[in-house]
Amino acid sequence: MSASYDIIVVGGGHNGLTCAAYLAKAGRRVLVLEASDRLGGAAANRELAPGITGPGCAHVLHQLHPAVRNQLKLKKHGLKLVARQLPTVSLGQDGRHLTLTGKRIDGLGESGDREAWPALHRRLLRMAGALHPSLSQTAPRMGSGDWRDWLAFAKLGLRLKMLGKTDMREFLRIVNMNVFDLLNDELADERLKGALAFDAVLGSNFGPRSPGSVLTWLYRLAGDLGNSDGLAIPRGGMGEVAEAMANAARSFGAEIRTDARVRRVIVENDRACGVELDSGESVRAKLVISNADPKRTFLSLVGAEHLDTGFQRRLKAFRTNGIAAKLNLVLDGAPEFTGLDMALLGGRLILAPDMGYVERAFDHTKYGEYSVAPALEIIIPTLHDGGLAPVGRHVMSVVVHYAPYELKGGWEAGREGFADKVVETIATVAPKLPGQIVARQMLAPPDLEREFGMTGGHWHHGDLAVDQMLMLRPVPGFAQYASPVPGLYLCGAGTHPGGGVMGAAGMNAAKRILAREASS
Amino acid sequence: MTNPAPALYQAPLLTTPFHSRLQPFALTNEWLRWGGYTTVDCFTDVATEYFSIRNSATLYDVSPMRKYRIAGPDAERYMNRLLTRDAAKIRPGRAAYAVWCDDGGKVIDDGTVFRFSETEFRLNSQEHQECWLEDSAIGFNVVVEDITEAVAGLALQGPLSCTVLRQLGLDGIADMKPFGIAEFPFEGGALTVTRTGFTGDLGYELWITPDLAEILWDRLFEAGRLYRLTPVGSKAVNMARIEAGFIQTNTDFMAAETVAHISRRRSPFELSLDWLVDFDKGHFNGRRALLRERESGPRYRVVGLDIEGSKPAQDALIYVGRTHQVGFVTSAIWSPTAKRNIAIATLQTAYADRSEGLWAEIYVNKELKWDKTTARCRVVERPFYNPPRRRATPALDF
Repeated sequence: MSASYDIIVVGGGHNGLTCAAYLAKAGRRVLVLEASDRLGGAAANRELAPGITGPGCAHVLHQLHPAVRNQLKLKKHGLKLVARQLPTVSLGQDGRHLTLTGKRIDGLGESGDREAWPALHRRLLRMAGALHPSLSQTAPRMGSGDWRDWLAFAKLGLRLKMLGKTDMREFLRIVNMNVFDLLNDELADERLKGALAFDAVLGSNFGPRSPGSVLTWLYRLAGDLGNSDGLAIPRGGMGEVAEAMANAARSFGAEIRTDARVRRVIVENDRACGVELDSGESVRAKLVISNADPKRTFLSLVGAEHLDTGFQRRLKAFRTNGIAAKLNLVLDGAPEFTGLDMALLGGRLILAPDMGYVERAFDHTKYGEYSVAPALEIIIPTLHDGGLAPVGRHVMSVVVHYAPYELKGGWEAGREGFADKVVETIATVAPKLPGQIVARQMLAPPDLEREFGMTGGHWHHGDLAVDQMLMLRPVPGFAQYASPVPGLYLCGAGTHPGGGVMGAAGMNAAKRILAREASS
Repeated sequence: MTNPAPALYQAPLLTTPFHSRLQPFALTNEWLRWGGYTTVDCFTDVATEYFSIRNSATLYDVSPMRKYRIAGPDAERYMNRLLTRDAAKIRPGRAAYAVWCDDGGKVIDDGTVFRFSETEFRLNSQEHQECWLEDSAIGFNVVVEDITEAVAGLALQGPLSCTVLRQLGLDGIADMKPFGIAEFPFEGGALTVTRTGFTGDLGYELWITPDLAEILWDRLFEAGRLYRLTPVGSKAVNMARIEAGFIQTNTDFMAAETVAHISRRRSPFELSLDWLVDFDKGHFNGRRALLRERESGPRYRVVGLDIEGSKPAQDALIYVGRTHQVGFVTSAIWSPTAKRNIAIATLQTAYADRSEGLWAEIYVNKELKWDKTTARCRVVERPFYNPPRRRATPALDF
């Protein structure tokens, strides 16, 4: 039995650390317990080979919520960017690539998209702007009768209304559409449409033709808003974001322990009052906040006997199967992409030459197969940060779409074959690459699940889709960070507004908890 | 689940294992649909069947009742989370009445629980519960199995029911306590007997594998030859049920999962089943909602009414004074045994213990002409009829 705390945060992912920092800042005695030996969860660094650091899962920073960055003074606590405003390059298979840098677009050739894309982009950003404020607020409850919930709905409605008649009508028209149809209506260039469609479905169990893929795109754009750094690479790797958050939390007095795996949440007299660690140690606190995903939190840490069947039934329906795999390659030199200027190599490289390519890649997952020609997002962090690897060595970090959670024949048998496919796919645009690889590491969804404790290996802790957003995330009736078990709260990506290295869920949860516990 | 999904509704309706034996008695062909099965509503004459329940011995086919086997190391924990009452207090070899609730603390269904051992229970219910029971099993080391089609059931009820079983040769049957469970060898198989029933009288329920069902029926008729053993249908059983004061799902309250409007769901408190809710046993489905309801008080209570006159008050509205409606009747009969005009009603809580000032507006059809009449009524204790023989152990010999 060790010292008592006001609050225990289970899991030192970026949301858990953000939540802890806010609560410690408000004067609470906070303890963060992280199962692994490092902080950051899916945004942590990972040693790929001796002396070579790469991103465990997340590899580019673009959604860190400005409020989190500023209020926690992350810069002061060590968050430095080695690159910002990275261009996005849509790799063409003929060596002719397309580059998007903010509003600028290069490599279009003769196409009406030169005017059409900026117009569409501006319109989408206006719509995303109406959604953006909702990201940093607790989702309102439906039918609660509480005036604050009504106000939140009214504000969202008002923001949509404020778009004006044309935009609002357009928003309502496209919000449940698929991105394939929308982009075919608006644009012509296949590489442009391919890369945009890829963004729309990134991290979702969607293909470009899945209904709702416009909403997931708008949601992503909303998350990007207000972030003046664009696509950025932190110095020291993505793990440094969490380190800065941890430093902020510590500066406010929070205590953080790694290698402290929580085995269960202790519930006594129908109230969460502490946790028991794998070591057998138990720690008491007035509140327990879980950064773990909702299924793991309730089904593994809390246990069914403390939950109602209906709640559990809704939790079961929360879709948590991951769709993306992570391939990290260690190279003995900088790769060369046919026709790609070296200056652009450090950008965010997308291999999704057209929307049909992405859709075909998606098709396989429906039948428990991996994509034979996957769509890819490639980042080479070592080009920006020499400290991550010895001179001459490079890390290529690849997010691979699509990889089903349950692979026919199993991932043990399929993992290396899939890695070969990904390498072959990259080789279509970078032919010398296979000869440069000195080490590789493939993390399929079950590996991500094991590595980071995320049920289903989903980096958002659950699909972002209209039925799992806002007041429906993670389950209807419990979307306000609270749980059915008194004293237990959630703060992870499985809550509103979801995943991405944003920190908003952790921040919202902390604010909600402070307000609730103050009033109770 | 290893069993194929039981056929819910199929045409023609399913027949029970006793069908071949029921049919010759069903002279008036009054069949009733029950859970996908065809069962007998009335064999020949309701009055005869009813009086047989109260005066001799009767057989009622309860095979359509849904029967679930719940077994495994976590069976007791599972049942405790499912039911509002403490399953740990149901000892092996005992049966009990129970309700189970949704998250909002509203009753999904009621039924009887048999506990065969530390690790095996059976849950009998009127409605299909497969999905709820399966989803409730997440996180528990139990197997939930629908064994409805593997177990045939017969209710043997009435003052002579023990006598008939003695004639059948069941040793020690008279010493069986109410809500007891016993097993007897029968024709190379096993006959499970529980001292349970829906009539509020001395009675037993007999459970057997379908292959032995017809033999059991025949043996019972041989054994009951001198005791006027009579098959009875649902109509007569329903009269006895109302006299016993038992409520019935979808008759006296709506199953929570089937209502069109959520305000029509009822909690155990609203059904006056407070004694079935045990807040001290740890968490169970609906506990948090029921704790809140205990604070705020239930909206309704289910009560027994004694109504002036002899006109059955089925579907009557209940008033305080002449204009203020405070409730409604869900089951009502003229009780031939209690010689009272009785009803089961739902009343607003504030009026649920009125012994005066309540009026029933009774609707009467007089040769096609609907008429209404008002009658004084008062809230009374249930059961309306409660003979000592119901609980006497050893069972009384008539």
